[in-house]
Amino acid sequence: MEERVVITGMGLWSCLGTDLAAVEASLRAGRSGISIDPVRKEMGYRSALTGTVPTPDLKDRLNRRQRIGMAQQANYAYEATEQAMAQAGIDVPFCEGNEVGIIFGNDSSALAVIESVDIIRAKKDTTLVGSGAIFQGMNSTVTMNLATILKLKGINFTLSGACASGSHAIGIGYLLIKQGLQKMVICGGAQEVNEMAFGSFDGISAFSPRESDPAAASRPFDADRDGLVPSGGAAALIVESLSSAKARGATILAELTAYGFSSNGAHISDPDQDGQMRALHMALKMAGIGPADIDYINAHATGTPIGDRIEAKALDAVFGETKPYVSSTKSMTGHECWMAGASEVIYSILMLLGDFIAPNINLHTPDEDSAKLNLVSKTIDHKFNRFLSNSFGFGGTNSTLIIQRYAD
Amino acid sequence: MDKAEARKEIETKTIKFLSEEFEVDPSSITPEAPLKETLALDSLDYVDLVVVIEQNFGFKVKGEDFMRLTTFKDFYDHIEAEAAAKA
Repeated sequence: MEERVVITGMGLWSCLGTDLAAVEASLRAGRSGISIDPVRKEMGYRSALTGTVPTPDLKDRLNRRQRIGMAQQANYAYEATEQAMAQAGIDVPFCEGNEVGIIFGNDSSALAVIESVDIIRAKKDTTLVGSGAIFQGMNSTVTMNLATILKLKGINFTLSGACASGSHAIGIGYLLIKQGLQKMVICGGAQEVNEMAFGSFDGISAFSPRESDPAAASRPFDADRDGLVPSGGAAALIVESLSSAKARGATILAELTAYGFSSNGAHISDPDQDGQMRALHMALKMAGIGPADIDYINAHATGTPIGDRIEAKALDAVFGETKPYVSSTKSMTGHECWMAGASEVIYSILMLLGDFIAPNINLHTPDEDSAKLNLVSKTIDHKFNRFLSNSFGFGGTNSTLIIQRYAD
Repeated sequence: MDKAEARKEIETKTIKFLSEEFEVDPSSITPEAPLKETLALDSLDYVDLVVVIEQNFGFKVKGEDFMRLTTFKDFYDHIEAEAAAKA
């Protein structure tokens, strides 16, 4: 028999705040987390806009050996995971005695790799990079460190699926629990935020050059959008079987009911309406619902001209009759890339639990395609029961999750 | 600087960077104290020991040299000998 899958803990380290309450306040206020990084300008970036994410200080909580192999995004992920575990009522001794897994989305560790290669070039000696470089430089830096620190005994790997990584990580955790293979998996996404990580992305002119007004730069679905704003941090969720949550007496925050996925099989960077629609239809079918049952859509929309247009077409094709509310929280956060699919699920659960829909800020003039959607440009108080979260990535990878208010 | 002063400088500098790098109480680093146990070194930590020595004294201690560096006194002797060889 298939297990029902619920979420019992959440944690965030983001440009909108470093705990759930602060992030919820930012979402309600429609507050932007975007600013300028002067170092990127010195490095020749076309755009120095970025999400502003604080640097964690883990020295009082983790020993030297635990910290030394953690890249920047692993530090973010530790903070987010600590919050999620506290909310779920679990700790390291619990993980030691139970089969808790971990799957995080992460698709780079540029800063760590570049720093160690710089030392090797300068010193002509690999030993002098130190013992932490290898564990920081691998994409699995988040999961290898957290699994060790938290003494995890279940599934343990990192998922790299470009800007859909965090969403796929939740999706795979969901499937493992649904099938009864795991009772609890820490799922999430992490994204480094530094001048080394985004140079090549800036190089294809994907970023908004609107440096004169950072808070207005990320404007998904707006006719005047001119590119995405890179951002990052980490998001973590405790994904658990309903039977495990009930047995522990855990507070259930929401229920995951579907993971739709697809590959475009087309261009490496251009989005594809057919691919997105296949993921949407797969998710609706898995959840056993129709378009009318979706109340809110947290869109992938990043603020690129082509990306938002194609997603708007796909959403209109599937939800054109029922017109659920739609917003892209990337208008406030920027594009949290490998983290986005996980953080946006948490942003949406905060809305679900707080009876509001966060706005798609900077949306002043919809274009021909976005005008067909029921876009939310100002925060609205609204009690709803079910949302859908879209995430798409380079290589044509698509992920759609459906989450609903929990009821027995 | 005479030899005793140079030795004292090596000891002071070493206690500072080792206690900072390996996060131990500086007072635990005494000449007769065992290097491995005092700094709680595992196999990976020896790599970082090579790094901090290179950063502070400009030479690289070879893996085989660590075999005979049991106490901090052995460690200071080794640094003193390397410094003399360099000079």
